[in-house]
Amino acid sequence: MNDMTGKALPPVIVGAGPAGVRAAQTLVAHGLRPVVIDEAARAGGQVYRRQPPQFGRSSRTLYGFEAGRADALHQAFDALRGQVEHQSDSLVWNVQDHWLDVLDGPTQRTRRVPFAGLIVATGATDRVLPVPGWTLPGVYTLGGAQVALKFQGCAIGQRVVFMGTGPLLYLVAYQYAKAGAQVAAVLDTARFADQCAALPAMAAQPAVLLKGLYYVAWLRAHGVALHGGVRPLRVLGTERVEGVAWHDGRAERTLEADAVGFGYALRSETQLADLLGCRFAYAPLHRAHLPERDAAGRSSVAGVYLAGDGAGILGADAAEWAGERAALALLADRGVQIDAARTQVLERKLARVAGFRAGLERAFPFPQDWAAHAPDELVVCRCENVTAGNLRQTVREAGADELNRLKALCRVGMGRCQGRMCGVAAAEVLAHATGQPLQQVGRLRGQAPIKPIPMELAAAQEGLPS
Amino acid sequence: MTQRIDCDVAIVGGGIVGASAALALRRMGRSVVLLERDLCGSRSSGVNFGGVRRQGRPISQLPLAQRSHRIWGELARTIGTEGEYVRSGHFKIARSEADLAALEQYRAQSRDFDLGLEMISGARLRERSSWLGAKALGGSLCPEDGQANPRLVSPAFARAAEREGARVLERARVDEAAHDGQRFVLRSVAPGLEVRAPVLLNCAGAWAGPLAAQFGDEVPLRSGHPAMAVTEPLPVFMDWSLGVEGGGIYCRQVARGNVVMGGGAGFALDDERARVERGSIDGICLQAIELLPALRHAHIIRTWSGTEGYLPDRQPVLGVSPRRPGLIHGFGFAGAGFQIGPAAGEVLAELACHGRSSTPIEAFAVDRFEREAEAVAANAPNPSPRPQPISVAR
Repeated sequence: MNDMTGKALPPVIVGAGPAGVRAAQTLVAHGLRPVVIDEAARAGGQVYRRQPPQFGRSSRTLYGFEAGRADALHQAFDALRGQVEHQSDSLVWNVQDHWLDVLDGPTQRTRRVPFAGLIVATGATDRVLPVPGWTLPGVYTLGGAQVALKFQGCAIGQRVVFMGTGPLLYLVAYQYAKAGAQVAAVLDTARFADQCAALPAMAAQPAVLLKGLYYVAWLRAHGVALHGGVRPLRVLGTERVEGVAWHDGRAERTLEADAVGFGYALRSETQLADLLGCRFAYAPLHRAHLPERDAAGRSSVAGVYLAGDGAGILGADAAEWAGERAALALLADRGVQIDAARTQVLERKLARVAGFRAGLERAFPFPQDWAAHAPDELVVCRCENVTAGNLRQTVREAGADELNRLKALCRVGMGRCQGRMCGVAAAEVLAHATGQPLQQVGRLRGQAPIKPIPMELAAAQEGLPS
Repeated sequence: MTQRIDCDVAIVGGGIVGASAALALRRMGRSVVLLERDLCGSRSSGVNFGGVRRQGRPISQLPLAQRSHRIWGELARTIGTEGEYVRSGHFKIARSEADLAALEQYRAQSRDFDLGLEMISGARLRERSSWLGAKALGGSLCPEDGQANPRLVSPAFARAAEREGARVLERARVDEAAHDGQRFVLRSVAPGLEVRAPVLLNCAGAWAGPLAAQFGDEVPLRSGHPAMAVTEPLPVFMDWSLGVEGGGIYCRQVARGNVVMGGGAGFALDDERARVERGSIDGICLQAIELLPALRHAHIIRTWSGTEGYLPDRQPVLGVSPRRPGLIHGFGFAGAGFQIGPAAGEVLAELACHGRSSTPIEAFAVDRFEREAEAVAANAPNPSPRPQPISVAR
């Protein structure tokens, strides 16, 4: 595809995390000058998010064991200066007919960016399963707690409880403790027996496994209480967080705290792939409907490639490989000569990660009984204040058995987040209430804008195609 | 194993028209089976703007609109929910003297129908509605017109029909329709159904054309796609539902505080789904900010479209088939079927039971285009003009 001047269009990469950066690097190495569009001011993504320029903490402080990888990624992108068009602070909010609509933060204008080849590396957000009291001030997602520390250089509280499950749980607890916050406890819905049972599969990635074991050992050695097999009951407090209550299998227990970080691993940001028309399929491992991709990262739409956590959670290392692999696929599809051996190496690495990911799922299993235990008064959708009881009532009285119908009838997912935060929990409650397997309840249809946009900006734009 | 169901009336399409027909038929004692391809009220009936408006309709629609107005007035009793229906008033804005004159003319033409239209302009308008932007010179208020939530109302008609004893079969696409000489026979493969009835109501909205054509009623039905957007919830500042003389944009603020806006067109993704055209988002935003300065700093959180059936004269098809006795049509409401849908349903029920409607529907005859074409052919044998893209106005 050509633009109006007849020049071939550069490939566009959405997202400058591990996948996006490696994709850009690969394209540049083959003589292309990609456009990289990212919401953050500086490249790195969520996992290797960079602090503001005037902050001077070391990468060892910020990223711990990952400092080497973080530095390498940042340096790789910095070395591309002048060879990529980096559109930072820029939100892709819509796509139609090979034009992306991009909201530019600094100028507060919206512009249109044409593309022929597009690499979607949109990353992930926390997977949230609400607990009563989660809307109190002082409750953050694990990712949010980590951003506060990495980017803003502050902790979410003095005495913090981390709960949920997933590898991020221990990492964030470790990072907080290292930074000087008091970690009151780590409450894991997974049992330690789960983690032991998963060891063989996880040995596929010994370094990752060792790091995880190290965090646990470090926390334990520093007197942080680690509880496995818990069921979070509620966040305590009236005006803000005062503590947490959980069930440990025998009895209810409570602990004082002034902040809570919680989450259940991650969920993919798939809205752009949806608007692009990519075909989705249910992925049992991820407990989610995800855009389909082949081993190289090709989506079902010609010229659209998927890389990184945005198309299934495989972690930062895999995202780097997938970004490179997707870029090679794009190049090959454009008729550029690429290194076939390299593609095989990357695909082998990615296949191994998938095995490791299955092990992680056993180590930190999704709490399948969450919906059964969610009380009626639990707020599931905080934008629209829709409770689990509202959802069940809608199922009972209106016969809703599909997610979009549920949304239409009771407003769940109809607020500012458009289901990005509450969609997982709503689907779980719906599946449980109707007695259907999760994949049967469907997924929320994507609609523009991907995130809210100011009306004034949609009305004032640059670069309109004639 | 195919399930066979015999009934008095079979209905294809579970939108507001088909569902209210089912409800009316049950109240007239007929056995009813309604076949809906997806979920009742999941298409245009459920995703439209939500205007419940008589003002601005062609005069020929006003008897039907008045009949519907009475049904809406008893909505909770009829379908068991208010569906956020409020008689908020509908204000049609004039942006020029010519617009004002056109609205005056409409008021004169519609005076037999007791719409209670009131012209408001200048200082009185500013005093009454200080939230309106300076572009609004004045306009026409229909105090008893209003708005409702289509996501709630349209499915509720189907549930009400079900409670009254109609068999409402969802996710039951009609794969085959035939007439065996005595009855219509509808087959739906996936659920394994065969429905037989002497009377068939074609309420399939934008998809009604093939069913009509199969029994000889060819209609120039085309699909149109509205463009809709909604803001985040805002403090409530406006009460009226708004339209603009000559079209362009329409908006309303719901009780939750969101402002729902429409204007311009969407485009089809495939036969069933549509999305908002990018340019329409700009148009909606520009015009809405002009009319409602309070929206200047608001965010849009969602856009959406749908698929609506349009006939060239933007009037629906409502009436019996001249070719196939027992076949009755009710479709093609041109993006304006939400308010008159319930009355259209009652008319369909009357036609099914008594063969005639107590409300005039002559303007909506299914064969009006053939007759027109014959007349044109007799007078001037010109080729028909190329169809223009459909612009959607409320």
